[in-house]
Amino acid sequence: MNNAIPLNQLPIGERCRVVNLEAKGVIRRRLLDLGLIYGTEVEALKQSPSGDPVAYFIRGAVIALRSDTSSTILVEKL
Amino acid sequence: MDILEKELQIKKTSPEDKIIALAGNPNVGKSTVFNNLTGLKQHTGNWPGKTVTNAHGNYIYKDKNYILVDLPGTYSLMANSIEEEVARDFICFGNPNATVVVVDATCLERNLNLVLQTIEMTSNVVVCVNLMDEAHKKGISINLERLSNCLGVPVVGTTALKNKGLDTLMESVHELAYNKVVPKPISIIYDDTIEKAIDIVKSALSPILPHNMNSRWVAIKLLDGENTLLNSINKYLGFDLYKDLKLMDKLSQAKELLRKEGIDSLTFRDRTITHLVTMAEDISRDVISFEHGNYNNFDRKLDKYITSKKFGIPLMVLLLGIVFWITITGANYPSEMLATGLFWIQDRLTDFFIKIGAPSWVHGVLVSGIYGTLAWVVSVMLPPMAIFFPMFTFLEDLGYLPRVAFNLDNYFKKSSACGKQALTMCMGFGCNAAGVIGCRIIDSPRERLIAIITNSFVPCNGRFPILIAVITMFFTGYFTGPFQSFMSTLVLTGVIVLSVMMTLFISKVLSKTILKGMPSTFTLELPPYRKPQLGKVIVHSIFDRTLFVLGRAVVVAAPAGLVIWIMANINIGNTSILSHCANFFDPFAKLIGMDGYIIMAFILGFPANEIVIPILIMSYMATGSMLELDSLNQLKSLLIDNGWTWVTAISVMLFTLFHWPCATTCLTIRKETQSKKWTLISLFAPTIVGIVVCFIFVSTIKIIGLV
Repeated sequence: MNNAIPLNQLPIGERCRVVNLEAKGVIRRRLLDLGLIYGTEVEALKQSPSGDPVAYFIRGAVIALRSDTSSTILVEKL
Repeated sequence: MDILEKELQIKKTSPEDKIIALAGNPNVGKSTVFNNLTGLKQHTGNWPGKTVTNAHGNYIYKDKNYILVDLPGTYSLMANSIEEEVARDFICFGNPNATVVVVDATCLERNLNLVLQTIEMTSNVVVCVNLMDEAHKKGISINLERLSNCLGVPVVGTTALKNKGLDTLMESVHELAYNKVVPKPISIIYDDTIEKAIDIVKSALSPILPHNMNSRWVAIKLLDGENTLLNSINKYLGFDLYKDLKLMDKLSQAKELLRKEGIDSLTFRDRTITHLVTMAEDISRDVISFEHGNYNNFDRKLDKYITSKKFGIPLMVLLLGIVFWITITGANYPSEMLATGLFWIQDRLTDFFIKIGAPSWVHGVLVSGIYGTLAWVVSVMLPPMAIFFPMFTFLEDLGYLPRVAFNLDNYFKKSSACGKQALTMCMGFGCNAAGVIGCRIIDSPRERLIAIITNSFVPCNGRFPILIAVITMFFTGYFTGPFQSFMSTLVLTGVIVLSVMMTLFISKVLSKTILKGMPSTFTLELPPYRKPQLGKVIVHSIFDRTLFVLGRAVVVAAPAGLVIWIMANINIGNTSILSHCANFFDPFAKLIGMDGYIIMAFILGFPANEIVIPILIMSYMATGSMLELDSLNQLKSLLIDNGWTWVTAISVMLFTLFHWPCATTCLTIRKETQSKKWTLISLFAPTIVGIVVCFIFVSTIKIIGLV
């Protein structure tokens, strides 16, 4: 748990596991709907031309998240 | 069934009719299933959120009539957005005889979340696993029988695009709707404390809810603190659960119980969703087998270029350029042929009227006024529209638009707007009214308003031909052959880039002034690329579009032509009404580089932008001496005779980009915002921008002395 980092710091091409969601309110619900629960595997696929947002591979779907959203997802590198 | 008719606006033709709801995640081919079953042409686009209202149609199976209701695509029924609320309310209050949940075979696990949520609401569920062929190509195989056993409801595999499996789907729906099978859906059981709390609330709910409503599900929602459901119960059933004291008592009792176990309303939602997600994970592990990786490597490779740092944006502009180039080049020949043909007919009509000795005003009204305007709409406006639209649809079906949104998101973020606004902006290129409706995919009301107000800053399909005609006449007419269309493309692309930049700039201005706020969070799905059905796209867009434009032309252009002819031919004093009006606008028009007739044409073009140029031609012709006009070259001389210079041309282009949205768009904005104020702002924002931009342009030209 000590090496948990926010998802936006995960290097492109690497995979991680969700350890905690810090988001609140509507965005938390939406992230949960994407299946981002404890233990979910996420892969950082690629950055957009300007570096933000980043596309992630989550439970079989490709989802783009802005860094202010992904920074609220704490993950552990795999 | 009152609710169905009054609130959900669905009318049964006979009491025998069965209502079938069609739910599903966005972008799983739900609309294709709908279209193929009903034979309707609800447009399907490869981006999430295409269906935003309840479209409905019917089909007949085994001599029974079924009304199929296409619900908005959603990931969940938790009412996090308008679409989710619409979908949930329909399943909950519309009492469909069956709910078909369409899921994506290539992404089953995530789709199962919605299936489980639906099953939690109603047991009359059929799961339609669509895109089976795509899954097959990707080496994903799904054991449908085992899935059906796991879920306890019928499961049908389909490839809706190829019409495969839809018969089986109809049979399953038939069996369910006529109670020939009784589904025993999987029970979704939470941990003990939550179950106890649910039971407490449920005991007080069952006696007061209508028998067809699932009281367990409502109990869960009450514990969850989902207020939108209470509002909906109030709206559809006409009573307020919060006023039921006994229920409220039980509810606080249940909440107290939960609190003791450390579950507040936040963690309650977390636990219930986590439970569903885990169930989905377990089920999919049980029924899916992968041959190799589960994401298309081809997609990843393609995305590397399409959204790459270096190529992403240049590629986008290039693609836009190619689309314009094909439009401009391709429209030339049909345009010429149509003009020649239609004006030949006009001459014959004139001959005919002379022969029968009709009074000249009859000829004027019918031939010069109505027929002439129509002929111009068809010959100048129709060809570019008929070519641009299918190409645009092609890119949409391919799945390119979400990539555009992905590439441009950061610019929208800097304007404190939503990245999905790039999607609605792209829709605006097709039609601003459609773009405005598309804004429903944006959840934050503030960002949705920004997207609505700025939608008409990009030219729609009806305005492209104006730009193309002006560019060809005034800026690239000196070149010949393919080089000419190349230059026109370059100029047009530049104009579009300007309109996109203006969209961003105005979004930012709005965010800093009347719509203050921070960008909200959002998630954007990049769906897999799909091979568009070329034939279908072309046939549908050309025919639908052509018919639509022709229809609108008849409805709008004909009366406008009539009005113009009358205005030009009835005099007050020594001058015609048209000249009076034009003279009135003239001093103002001169300030922004145009003349009174041009302003009049834009004003009369309010019902549809397609008629601006034809009206202008009519006005100039009615006041001048030129009677024969059947090519762009002659049109150019007509314009030059009326004092046009390259400055006029640029001003007209700028004003084409930025002026009031057309009547249809205004009505749509009124409907979408439910507010006169925002409709007026949407009307004035682009108008003021247009006036200011033209004024600055003309003044600059004057100051540096270019004219």
